[in-house]
Amino acid sequence: MALPVYASPLERAWRGTYLAICVMIFVFLMAPILIIIPLSFNAQPYFTFSKDMLELKPEAYSLRWYDSLITFGMANPDAPRNWAFWGDFWRNASWMQAAKNSVIIGVFATLVSTVLGTIAALGLTRPEMPYRKQITAVLISPMIVPIIISATGMFFFYSAVRVPVPSFSGGFHIEWMRLAGSYLGIILAHAALGIPFVIITVTATLSGFDQSLVRAAASLGANPRTAFFKVVMPLILPGVVSGALFAFVTSFDEVVAVLFIANHDQQTIPRQMWNGIREQISPAILAVATILVIISVLLLTTVELLRRRSERLRGVTPQ
Amino acid sequence: MTDASAPLTMNAPASLITDDGKPLKAALASSLAVRRRRALLLVAPLFLFIFVTFIVPIGQMLFQSVHNDSFRANAPALVEWFGQNPQGSELDETAYAALASDLRTMQQNRSAGVAGTRINYDVPGTRSLFTSAVRNAGQLEPPYKEALIAQDRKWADPNVWRAMRSASAAFTGDFFLNAVDLTRDENGKIVSVPEGQAVYKGLFWRTIVMSLEITALCLILGFPIAFLLSSVKMKHAMLLMILVLLPFWTSLLVRTTSWMVLLQQQGVVNDILVWLGLIRNDQRLEMMYNATGTIIAMTHILLPFTILPLYSVMKTIPPSYVRAARSLGATSWTAFRRVYLPQTLPGVGAGGLLVFILAMGYYITPALVGGADGQMISNMIAFHMQRSLNWSLAAALSAILLAIVLIFFWIYDRLVGIDKMKLG
Repeated sequence: MALPVYASPLERAWRGTYLAICVMIFVFLMAPILIIIPLSFNAQPYFTFSKDMLELKPEAYSLRWYDSLITFGMANPDAPRNWAFWGDFWRNASWMQAAKNSVIIGVFATLVSTVLGTIAALGLTRPEMPYRKQITAVLISPMIVPIIISATGMFFFYSAVRVPVPSFSGGFHIEWMRLAGSYLGIILAHAALGIPFVIITVTATLSGFDQSLVRAAASLGANPRTAFFKVVMPLILPGVVSGALFAFVTSFDEVVAVLFIANHDQQTIPRQMWNGIREQISPAILAVATILVIISVLLLTTVELLRRRSERLRGVTPQ
Repeated sequence: MTDASAPLTMNAPASLITDDGKPLKAALASSLAVRRRRALLLVAPLFLFIFVTFIVPIGQMLFQSVHNDSFRANAPALVEWFGQNPQGSELDETAYAALASDLRTMQQNRSAGVAGTRINYDVPGTRSLFTSAVRNAGQLEPPYKEALIAQDRKWADPNVWRAMRSASAAFTGDFFLNAVDLTRDENGKIVSVPEGQAVYKGLFWRTIVMSLEITALCLILGFPIAFLLSSVKMKHAMLLMILVLLPFWTSLLVRTTSWMVLLQQQGVVNDILVWLGLIRNDQRLEMMYNATGTIIAMTHILLPFTILPLYSVMKTIPPSYVRAARSLGATSWTAFRRVYLPQTLPGVGAGGLLVFILAMGYYITPALVGGADGQMISNMIAFHMQRSLNWSLAAALSAILLAIVLIFFWIYDRLVGIDKMKLG
């Protein structure tokens, strides 16, 4: 955005100021995320840069907080680091358990919300869809309703509802399981919370979708199912995957519903972070935060690549 | 009109039939109905899922704001006595006999805590009155009036009896009254609660004011960035966009933690200010555990939600309009104000409303960095859910908060359209 040749000196000065303001806002956006990364390598239990850190002395930096993440909750934290140590880590370390729970819950919640959400988005984008606005409003509502209201509502409902689950202990029979305090309950809750993101992303992709391609496929003899899997699906897949990633991040970062619905065994990463921050915030939290920032960089890169691919596939090229 | 065209138009509806002999209009209508049903069938599974896992739970929770039978269900004799004796009746032996019978029922059902908690909402300190009375319920002998009052003077307190009478109805609007700092006096008239106990109206007001401040800050900070993104080359815009999207993709807890670290008294921001000489070392700013901290952190967290809609609107504004204004003699400021700014208003509306809606319901950030004066209404709902256990009051506060949020959601739909919502 070069200035026009007729710009006055005042305009040139204003432009410099404007760019400076923009830089400051970008610093405001990025600084909080970047600053915790060096601080997580602090050798001291403080949340600020020591003089030695600023002078880049190697002894001011350490991996001790990452180490404490690994050993926390382990049966034998001081054992030599052989395979038995890592087996212990895999089974007992608190953050490892939390990570496992987060991934299990996240993956299943994402599956539910992505499958149901994509099918619904296909219906919502059909021109003959009745009550489109009203239905969309309901499907988007989990994003709009304050999380504390959703969480308390689910808490009451899931405490009261029992679902039949097959049980194989002592011969096959059906057990009635309370949803609150079960993995299923959290997965359902997180699926509901992730659905708006799937709906928004997939309908956005579908709205740019050229319906004549389906008719072309049909005219060439494809039945609706073939047309869907061979023509529609490959084209909207990038949108579906970004929707799924959004849903996964929503679940992976969700703490309030977990606080209300889950029982004590169901620690997740955000829940453990929440407890850590509320009790006594230690730099170990910053180490977790750094790992999560790296994960979000990876996710963002994936989504951006997918978006570009989707635009290329649909013929929307960036100028 | 010519003769040739007249019969054609007149006979047209009757003469148009499909191959299998059905009138075209009917065939079209039935095929459209089939397509409609198909579209609805695609949406139905998700709609049912949301309805069962989300809408019903919230509806059920909100129902508790007008319905609470935790006393009524555990005190059948008193409910009957209140039914037979209108308000103002003398508290005679029959009333205390009913109370004694209910205390025994509670002893059998172990429900003194539940029933006592309900009365405790109205008259603080009465939960233990019930639990200890139930413990001694076995030794109660007539005359019950003397026996109970001898046990605890509070059983003679008309306030306790008034609370029991009002709790003997399952449906009540009293929780909504409490949620807006109103209560009932001795005669059942609606009055404001004493000055010192009024908290909720102020808290709602603070939530709205803080949300407005956050929205304003987001728009002020988001506008220049969106403008920059829309005016540089696409290649550069994509790079800069990553700086906006990375915070958007980063965990909420991570960003809140970062601000806690940055804004501490011994934190990086204060260190830099001291180092720059802007403040003295003994005058470090308190930016955490107060409203300032909440507003800074929430502005940071919600900023991408304004930048993205603003950017998508600004991208579509042709630069030729501003050039035309300049060529007609407008200064750059006038061209911006009269020509460019009005065209960005849809983006301002979309981003501003979305941020306001999201800010109103924020819970995590105020809970962690809010301290005493940075709490919002969500935190009060959580308090009543988890600490005071006054679930009906929590439900009433939730209902009011939800109503406010839904009104703005409706406005958002009117102005922007929910189907135009975009992420990234």
